[in-house]
Amino acid sequence: MDATTAPRPAITEIWSWLSEIPDPEIPVISLVDLGIIRAVAWTGDMLEVTVTPTYSGCPATGVINFEIDRGLRQHGIEKLSLKRQLSPAWTTQWISAEGRAKLRAYGIAPPVDGMAACAGALQPPIVSCPRCGSAKTERISQFGSTPCKAHFRCTECLEPFDYFKSF
Amino acid sequence: MSAAAPSPAIAEFALRMGDSCLILGHRNSEWCGHSPALEEDIALANTALDLIGQTQLWLELACEAEGAGRRPDDLAFLRDVSGYRNLLLVEQPNGDFGRTLMRQYLFDAWHLPMLKALMGSADSRIAAIAEKASKEVAYHLGRSADLVVRLGDGTKESHTRMQAAVDFLWPYTGEMFIADAVDEDLAASGLAPQPESLRDAWREHVTHTLADATLKAPEKSYAQKGGRRGVHSEHLGFVLAEMQFLQRAYPGARW
Repeated sequence: MDATTAPRPAITEIWSWLSEIPDPEIPVISLVDLGIIRAVAWTGDMLEVTVTPTYSGCPATGVINFEIDRGLRQHGIEKLSLKRQLSPAWTTQWISAEGRAKLRAYGIAPPVDGMAACAGALQPPIVSCPRCGSAKTERISQFGSTPCKAHFRCTECLEPFDYFKSF
Repeated sequence: MSAAAPSPAIAEFALRMGDSCLILGHRNSEWCGHSPALEEDIALANTALDLIGQTQLWLELACEAEGAGRRPDDLAFLRDVSGYRNLLLVEQPNGDFGRTLMRQYLFDAWHLPMLKALMGSADSRIAAIAEKASKEVAYHLGRSADLVVRLGDGTKESHTRMQAAVDFLWPYTGEMFIADAVDEDLAASGLAPQPESLRDAWREHVTHTLADATLKAPEKSYAQKGGRRGVHSEHLGFVLAEMQFLQRAYPGARW
Protein backbone atom coordinates (compact mmCIF):
# COMPACT_ATOMS: atom_id res chain seq x y z
CA MET A 1 0.00 0.00 0.00
CA ASP A 2 1.37 3.38 -0.90
CA ALA A 3 0.97 5.48 2.22
CA THR A 4 1.33 8.78 0.40
CA THR A 5 -1.71 8.25 -1.82
CA ALA A 6 -3.79 5.87 0.30
CA PRO A 7 -6.90 7.39 1.87
CA ARG A 8 -6.85 7.86 5.62
CA PRO A 9 -8.42 4.84 7.32
CA ALA A 10 -11.81 5.60 8.89
CA ILE A 11 -11.88 6.35 12.60
CA THR A 12 -14.25 3.42 13.22
CA GLU A 13 -11.75 1.11 11.55
CA ILE A 14 -8.95 2.42 13.77
CA TRP A 15 -11.09 1.79 16.87
CA SER A 16 -11.58 -1.80 15.71
CA TRP A 17 -7.79 -2.21 15.34
CA LEU A 18 -7.27 -0.78 18.82
CA SER A 19 -9.85 -3.19 20.20
CA GLU A 20 -7.56 -6.04 19.18
CA ILE A 21 -4.62 -4.79 21.27
CA PRO A 22 -4.56 -6.67 24.59
CA ASP A 23 -3.82 -5.08 27.93
CA PRO A 24 -0.27 -6.17 28.83
CA GLU A 25 -1.21 -7.12 32.41
CA ILE A 26 -4.59 -8.75 31.72
CA PRO A 27 -4.34 -9.98 28.13
CA VAL A 28 -7.95 -11.22 27.93
CA ILE A 29 -9.24 -7.66 27.73
CA SER A 30 -8.30 -5.04 25.16
CA LEU A 31 -7.18 -1.47 25.70
CA VAL A 32 -10.60 -0.38 24.39
CA ASP A 33 -12.41 -2.69 26.87
CA LEU A 34 -10.34 -1.12 29.64
CA GLY A 35 -11.58 2.34 28.65
CA ILE A 36 -8.16 3.99 28.53
CA ILE A 37 -8.34 5.08 24.88
CA ARG A 38 -10.19 8.38 25.15
CA ALA A 39 -10.10 9.71 21.61
CA VAL A 40 -8.91 8.94 18.09
CA ALA A 41 -8.74 11.77 15.57
CA TRP A 42 -7.03 12.80 12.38
CA THR A 43 -5.23 16.13 12.22
CA GLY A 44 -4.24 16.39 8.58
CA ASP A 45 -2.27 13.22 7.90
CA MET A 46 -1.35 12.80 11.59
CA LEU A 47 -3.35 10.36 13.70
CA GLU A 48 -3.72 11.46 17.30
CA VAL A 49 -4.61 8.83 19.91
CA THR A 50 -5.47 10.09 23.38
CA VAL A 51 -4.67 7.69 26.21
CA THR A 52 -5.33 8.07 29.93
CA PRO A 53 -3.34 6.14 32.56
CA THR A 54 -5.13 3.78 34.93
CA TYR A 55 -2.93 4.46 37.97
CA SER A 56 -0.26 7.17 37.84
CA GLY A 57 2.49 4.70 38.73
CA CYS A 58 1.24 1.78 36.65
CA PRO A 59 4.34 0.18 35.11
CA ALA A 60 2.27 -1.04 32.15
CA THR A 61 1.79 2.51 30.83
CA GLY A 62 5.00 2.51 28.82
CA VAL A 63 4.24 -0.93 27.37
CA ILE A 64 0.71 0.17 26.46
CA ASN A 65 2.01 3.14 24.47
CA PHE A 66 4.50 0.88 22.73
CA GLU A 67 1.77 -1.63 21.83
CA ILE A 68 -0.53 1.07 20.44
CA ASP A 69 2.30 2.43 18.33
CA ARG A 70 3.28 -1.00 17.08
CA GLY A 71 -0.31 -2.16 16.49
CA LEU A 72 -1.28 0.86 14.42
CA ARG A 73 1.94 0.85 12.41
CA GLN A 74 1.18 -2.76 11.44
CA HIS A 75 -2.01 -1.42 9.86
CA GLY A 76 -0.05 1.13 7.88
CA ILE A 77 -0.41 4.19 10.10
CA GLU A 78 2.81 6.09 9.56
CA LYS A 79 2.28 9.38 11.36
CA LEU A 80 1.07 8.79 14.86
CA SER A 81 0.99 10.97 17.94
CA LEU A 82 0.12 9.62 21.39
CA LYS A 83 -1.32 12.17 23.77
CA ARG A 84 -1.59 11.61 27.50
CA GLN A 85 -4.72 12.94 29.17
CA LEU A 86 -5.00 13.05 32.97
CA SER A 87 -8.40 14.72 33.28
CA PRO A 88 -11.08 13.44 33.46
CA ALA A 89 -9.28 10.78 35.49
CA TRP A 90 -9.77 7.17 34.46
CA THR A 91 -12.56 5.34 36.25
CA THR A 92 -13.46 1.66 36.26
CA GLN A 93 -16.93 2.75 35.12
CA TRP A 94 -15.31 3.04 31.68
CA ILE A 95 -14.61 -0.71 31.54
CA SER A 96 -17.03 -2.07 28.93
CA ALA A 97 -19.70 -4.69 29.64
CA GLU A 98 -17.79 -7.03 27.36
CA GLY A 99 -14.60 -6.32 29.30
CA ARG A 100 -16.33 -7.12 32.59
CA ALA A 101 -17.56 -10.46 31.25
CA LYS A 102 -14.07 -11.29 30.01
CA LEU A 103 -12.54 -10.41 33.38
CA ARG A 104 -14.95 -12.67 35.21
CA ALA A 105 -14.34 -15.55 32.80
CA TYR A 106 -10.60 -15.07 33.37
CA GLY A 107 -11.05 -15.38 37.16
CA ILE A 108 -10.91 -11.70 38.10
CA ALA A 109 -14.00 -10.24 39.75
CA PRO A 110 -14.97 -7.07 37.85
CA PRO A 111 -15.40 -3.78 39.73
CA VAL A 112 -18.59 -3.27 41.70
CA ASP A 113 -20.20 -0.14 40.29
CA GLY A 114 -21.05 2.86 42.36
CA MET A 115 -18.15 2.34 44.72
CA ALA A 116 -15.79 4.76 43.02
CA ALA A 117 -15.97 7.35 45.75
CA CYS A 118 -16.01 4.77 48.50
CA ALA A 119 -12.38 3.87 49.06
CA GLY A 120 -12.90 3.45 52.80
CA ALA A 121 -11.20 0.37 54.14
CA LEU A 122 -13.73 -0.46 56.79
CA GLN A 123 -16.58 -1.47 54.50
CA PRO A 124 -15.35 -3.44 51.50
CA PRO A 125 -17.89 -3.95 48.71
CA ILE A 126 -19.76 -7.25 48.31
CA VAL A 127 -17.88 -9.02 45.55
CA SER A 128 -19.10 -12.25 43.97
CA CYS A 129 -16.63 -15.08 43.51
CA PRO A 130 -15.72 -15.28 39.81
CA ARG A 131 -15.45 -19.08 40.08
CA CYS A 132 -18.56 -20.24 41.93
CA GLY A 133 -20.64 -17.04 41.96
CA SER A 134 -21.08 -17.00 45.73
CA ALA A 135 -21.42 -13.63 47.44
CA LYS A 136 -19.79 -15.08 50.56
CA THR A 137 -16.36 -13.63 50.04
CA GLU A 138 -13.91 -11.72 52.20
CA ARG A 139 -11.24 -9.20 51.48
CA ILE A 140 -7.73 -10.33 52.38
CA SER A 141 -5.99 -7.13 51.36
CA GLN A 142 -6.94 -3.88 49.73
CA PHE A 143 -3.89 -4.22 47.46
CA GLY A 144 -3.29 -7.20 45.20
CA SER A 145 -1.05 -8.35 42.39
CA THR A 146 -1.23 -4.99 40.62
CA PRO A 147 -2.25 -1.50 41.80
CA CYS A 148 -5.70 -1.91 40.24
CA LYS A 149 -6.61 -5.08 42.11
CA ALA A 150 -7.47 -6.16 45.64
CA HIS A 151 -7.03 -9.63 47.07
CA PHE A 152 -10.19 -11.58 48.02
CA ARG A 153 -11.12 -15.10 49.07
CA CYS A 154 -14.34 -17.03 48.61
CA THR A 155 -15.49 -18.59 51.87
CA GLU A 156 -17.74 -21.02 50.00
CA CYS A 157 -15.44 -22.59 47.39
CA LEU A 158 -12.37 -21.41 49.33
CA GLU A 159 -10.58 -20.13 46.23
CA PRO A 160 -8.55 -16.92 46.48
CA PHE A 161 -9.13 -14.43 43.66
CA ASP A 162 -8.29 -10.95 42.42
CA TYR A 163 -10.90 -8.21 42.51
CA PHE A 164 -10.52 -5.37 40.03
CA LYS A 165 -11.26 -2.61 42.50
CA SER A 166 -13.65 0.21 41.85
CA PHE A 167 -11.73 3.37 41.06
CA MET B 1 -2.15 21.27 28.15
CA SER B 2 0.20 23.24 25.95
CA ALA B 3 3.46 24.51 27.37
CA ALA B 4 2.79 27.55 29.51
CA ALA B 5 5.10 30.41 30.43
CA PRO B 6 7.64 29.67 33.16
CA SER B 7 6.35 30.22 36.68
CA PRO B 8 8.77 30.05 39.63
CA ALA B 9 5.87 29.74 42.10
CA ILE B 10 4.34 26.76 40.29
CA ALA B 11 7.76 25.16 39.89
CA GLU B 12 8.42 25.50 43.62
CA PHE B 13 4.99 24.16 44.53
CA ALA B 14 5.31 21.18 42.19
CA LEU B 15 8.71 20.41 43.73
CA ARG B 16 7.25 20.48 47.23
CA MET B 17 4.44 18.10 46.29
CA GLY B 18 6.65 15.86 44.16
CA ASP B 19 9.47 15.64 46.70
CA SER B 20 7.15 14.60 49.53
CA CYS B 21 5.69 11.90 47.28
CA LEU B 22 9.14 10.76 46.16
CA ILE B 23 10.71 10.52 49.60
CA LEU B 24 7.70 8.80 51.17
CA GLY B 25 7.51 6.45 48.19
CA HIS B 26 11.18 5.64 48.62
CA ARG B 27 10.80 5.10 52.37
CA ASN B 28 7.91 2.69 51.72
CA SER B 29 9.94 0.84 49.11
CA GLU B 30 12.59 0.14 51.78
CA TRP B 31 10.08 -2.33 53.25
CA CYS B 32 9.90 -4.39 50.07
CA GLY B 33 10.59 -8.00 51.09
CA HIS B 34 10.72 -7.13 54.82
CA SER B 35 7.11 -6.59 55.86
CA PRO B 36 5.50 -8.58 58.66
CA ALA B 37 2.99 -10.16 56.23
CA LEU B 38 2.93 -10.74 52.49
CA GLU B 39 -0.26 -8.70 52.03
CA GLU B 40 1.33 -5.75 53.80
CA ASP B 41 4.49 -6.08 51.75
CA ILE B 42 2.37 -5.83 48.60
CA ALA B 43 0.33 -2.95 50.02
CA LEU B 44 3.46 -0.96 50.89
CA ALA B 45 4.93 -1.60 47.44
CA ASN B 46 1.66 -0.57 45.77
CA THR B 47 1.49 2.61 47.82
CA ALA B 48 5.10 3.35 46.94
CA LEU B 49 4.30 2.81 43.27
CA ASP B 50 1.37 5.23 43.38
CA LEU B 51 3.48 7.85 45.14
CA ILE B 52 6.35 7.53 42.69
CA GLY B 53 3.87 7.73 39.79
CA GLN B 54 2.54 10.95 41.30
CA THR B 55 6.12 12.15 41.72
CA GLN B 56 6.62 11.75 37.98
CA LEU B 57 3.59 13.98 37.30
CA TRP B 58 4.63 16.67 39.78
CA LEU B 59 8.26 16.74 38.70
CA GLU B 60 7.25 16.95 35.03
CA LEU B 61 5.22 20.01 35.95
CA ALA B 62 8.14 21.40 37.98
CA CYS B 63 10.43 21.07 34.97
CA GLU B 64 7.88 22.63 32.63
CA ALA B 65 7.18 25.54 34.99
CA GLU B 66 10.90 26.05 35.60
CA GLY B 67 11.53 26.21 31.86
CA ALA B 68 15.26 25.48 32.21
CA GLY B 69 15.31 22.25 30.21
CA ARG B 70 15.73 19.92 33.19
CA ARG B 71 13.99 16.55 33.21
CA PRO B 72 12.21 14.83 36.14
CA ASP B 73 15.08 12.35 36.51
CA ASP B 74 17.54 15.24 36.83
CA LEU B 75 15.50 16.59 39.71
CA ALA B 76 15.19 13.22 41.45
CA PHE B 77 18.75 12.04 41.04
CA LEU B 78 20.94 15.13 40.77
CA ARG B 79 19.78 17.45 43.54
CA ASP B 80 21.43 17.41 46.93
CA VAL B 81 19.70 17.65 50.31
CA SER B 82 19.30 21.42 50.29
CA GLY B 83 17.55 21.25 46.92
CA TYR B 84 14.81 18.97 48.26
CA ARG B 85 11.48 20.50 49.33
CA ASN B 86 9.72 17.58 51.01
CA LEU B 87 8.09 17.65 54.44
CA LEU B 88 10.36 16.55 57.30
CA LEU B 89 7.70 13.99 58.26
CA VAL B 90 8.25 11.80 55.22
CA GLU B 91 12.03 11.56 55.54
CA GLN B 92 11.92 10.22 59.10
CA PRO B 93 13.28 6.66 59.31
CA ASN B 94 10.81 3.81 58.97
CA GLY B 95 11.36 2.55 62.52
CA ASP B 96 9.05 -0.38 63.19
CA PHE B 97 6.00 -1.24 61.08
CA GLY B 98 3.80 0.79 63.43
CA ARG B 99 5.80 3.95 62.95
CA THR B 100 5.81 3.48 59.18
CA LEU B 101 2.02 3.13 59.22
CA MET B 102 1.51 6.09 61.55
CA ARG B 103 3.74 8.27 59.33
CA GLN B 104 1.72 7.20 56.30
CA TYR B 105 -1.54 7.94 58.07
CA LEU B 106 -0.52 11.41 59.30
CA PHE B 107 0.61 12.22 55.76
CA ASP B 108 -2.45 10.72 54.01
CA ALA B 109 -4.83 12.65 56.28
CA TRP B 110 -3.18 15.85 54.98
CA HIS B 111 -2.54 14.65 51.42
CA LEU B 112 -6.17 13.90 50.55
CA PRO B 113 -7.69 17.26 51.60
CA MET B 114 -4.74 19.00 49.92
CA LEU B 115 -5.43 17.21 46.63
CA LYS B 116 -9.18 17.84 46.91
CA ALA B 117 -8.46 21.55 47.31
CA LEU B 118 -6.00 21.49 44.40
CA MET B 119 -8.69 20.08 42.10
CA GLY B 120 -10.00 23.64 42.08
CA SER B 121 -6.61 25.17 41.22
CA ALA B 122 -6.53 28.02 38.73
CA ASP B 123 -3.83 26.04 36.88
CA SER B 124 -5.41 23.21 34.87
CA ARG B 125 -2.22 21.11 35.09
CA ILE B 126 -2.24 21.21 38.89
CA ALA B 127 -5.97 20.42 38.94
CA ALA B 128 -5.53 17.44 36.60
CA ILE B 129 -2.70 15.90 38.64
CA ALA B 130 -4.72 16.41 41.83
CA GLU B 131 -7.80 14.78 40.30
CA LYS B 132 -5.76 11.74 39.27
CA ALA B 133 -3.79 11.44 42.51
CA SER B 134 -6.75 11.98 44.83
CA LYS B 135 -8.35 8.73 43.69
CA GLU B 136 -5.21 6.80 44.62
CA VAL B 137 -4.71 8.64 47.88
CA ALA B 138 -8.30 7.91 48.97
CA TYR B 139 -7.25 4.25 49.01
CA HIS B 140 -4.04 5.06 50.89
CA LEU B 141 -5.95 6.91 53.59
CA GLY B 142 -8.53 4.14 53.90
CA ARG B 143 -5.82 1.57 54.44
CA SER B 144 -3.58 3.58 56.77
CA ALA B 145 -6.49 4.74 58.97
CA ASP B 146 -7.78 1.17 59.19
CA LEU B 147 -4.39 -0.16 60.27
CA VAL B 148 -3.80 2.61 62.79
CA VAL B 149 -7.10 1.63 64.43
CA ARG B 150 -6.39 -2.09 64.30
CA LEU B 151 -2.89 -1.76 65.71
CA GLY B 152 -3.71 0.98 68.23
CA ASP B 153 -6.72 -0.93 69.51
CA GLY B 154 -4.90 -4.25 69.19
CA THR B 155 -2.60 -6.00 71.64
CA LYS B 156 -0.82 -4.28 74.51
CA GLU B 157 2.40 -4.48 72.50
CA SER B 158 0.93 -3.00 69.31
CA HIS B 159 -0.86 -0.27 71.30
CA THR B 160 2.37 0.74 73.03
CA ARG B 161 4.22 0.89 69.73
CA MET B 162 1.52 2.96 68.03
CA GLN B 163 1.44 5.44 70.90
CA ALA B 164 5.23 5.73 70.70
CA ALA B 165 4.94 6.28 66.96
CA VAL B 166 2.44 9.12 67.21
CA ASP B 167 4.45 10.72 70.04
CA PHE B 168 7.62 10.57 67.93
CA LEU B 169 6.08 11.84 64.69
CA TRP B 170 3.76 14.52 66.08
CA PRO B 171 6.31 17.39 66.05
CA TYR B 172 6.76 16.86 62.29
CA THR B 173 3.08 17.40 61.45
CA GLY B 174 2.81 21.14 62.17
CA GLU B 175 4.98 21.98 59.15
CA MET B 176 2.15 20.94 56.81
CA PHE B 177 0.06 23.94 57.90
CA ILE B 178 2.63 26.75 58.09
CA ALA B 179 2.70 29.20 55.20
CA ASP B 180 5.68 31.01 53.76
CA ALA B 181 5.89 33.67 51.04
CA VAL B 182 5.53 31.06 48.28
CA ASP B 183 2.31 29.74 49.83
CA GLU B 184 0.92 33.27 50.16
CA ASP B 185 1.71 33.94 46.52
CA LEU B 186 0.12 30.65 45.39
CA ALA B 187 -3.00 31.20 47.48
CA ALA B 188 -3.40 34.78 46.24
CA SER B 189 -3.28 33.50 42.65
CA GLY B 190 -5.79 30.71 43.33
CA LEU B 191 -3.19 28.07 42.49
CA ALA B 192 -3.10 26.26 45.85
CA PRO B 193 -4.90 26.52 49.19
CA GLN B 194 -3.54 28.30 52.23
CA PRO B 195 -1.77 25.53 54.22
CA GLU B 196 -3.61 26.61 57.36
CA SER B 197 -6.98 26.01 55.65
CA LEU B 198 -6.33 22.26 55.69
CA ARG B 199 -5.68 22.05 59.42
CA ASP B 200 -9.28 21.57 60.56
CA ALA B 201 -10.00 18.70 58.17
CA TRP B 202 -6.73 17.02 59.14
CA ARG B 203 -7.26 17.54 62.84
CA GLU B 204 -10.81 16.21 62.70
CA HIS B 205 -9.78 13.05 60.84
CA VAL B 206 -6.79 12.44 63.11
CA THR B 207 -8.75 13.06 66.31
CA HIS B 208 -11.44 10.62 65.21
CA THR B 209 -8.99 7.93 64.10
CA LEU B 210 -6.78 8.19 67.18
CA ALA B 211 -9.86 7.96 69.41
CA ASP B 212 -11.00 4.81 67.58
CA ALA B 213 -7.47 3.48 67.98
CA THR B 214 -7.50 4.20 71.75
CA LEU B 215 -4.45 6.43 71.23
CA LYS B 216 -3.80 9.87 72.69
CA ALA B 217 -2.95 12.82 70.48
CA PRO B 218 0.14 14.49 71.99
CA GLU B 219 -0.55 17.85 73.55
CA LYS B 220 2.76 19.42 72.51
CA SER B 221 2.26 21.76 69.61
CA TYR B 222 5.90 22.61 68.83
CA ALA B 223 6.49 22.16 65.09
CA GLN B 224 9.78 21.10 63.54
CA LYS B 225 10.05 22.89 60.22
CA GLY B 226 12.37 23.64 57.34
CA GLY B 227 11.85 20.83 54.85
CA ARG B 228 9.87 22.96 52.44
CA ARG B 229 12.73 25.45 52.17
CA GLY B 230 15.47 22.81 51.98
CA VAL B 231 16.55 22.58 55.62
CA HIS B 232 16.31 18.90 56.48
CA SER B 233 16.97 16.41 59.25
CA GLU B 234 20.13 14.34 58.95
CA HIS B 235 18.12 11.41 57.61
CA LEU B 236 17.45 12.76 54.12
CA GLY B 237 21.12 12.57 53.13
CA PHE B 238 21.13 8.83 53.77
CA VAL B 239 17.98 8.39 51.68
CA LEU B 240 19.55 10.29 48.78
CA ALA B 241 22.86 8.42 49.10
CA GLU B 242 21.02 5.19 48.39
CA MET B 243 18.46 6.50 45.92
CA GLN B 244 20.93 8.49 43.84
CA PHE B 245 23.90 6.13 43.98
CA LEU B 246 23.61 4.75 40.47
CA GLN B 247 23.25 8.10 38.69
CA ARG B 248 26.03 9.62 40.79
CA ALA B 249 28.44 6.74 40.18
CA TYR B 250 27.50 6.21 36.53
CA PRO B 251 26.21 9.57 35.26
CA GLY B 252 23.57 9.22 32.56
CA ALA B 253 23.27 5.42 32.98
CA ARG B 254 20.16 4.03 31.26
CA TRP B 255 18.48 0.64 30.95
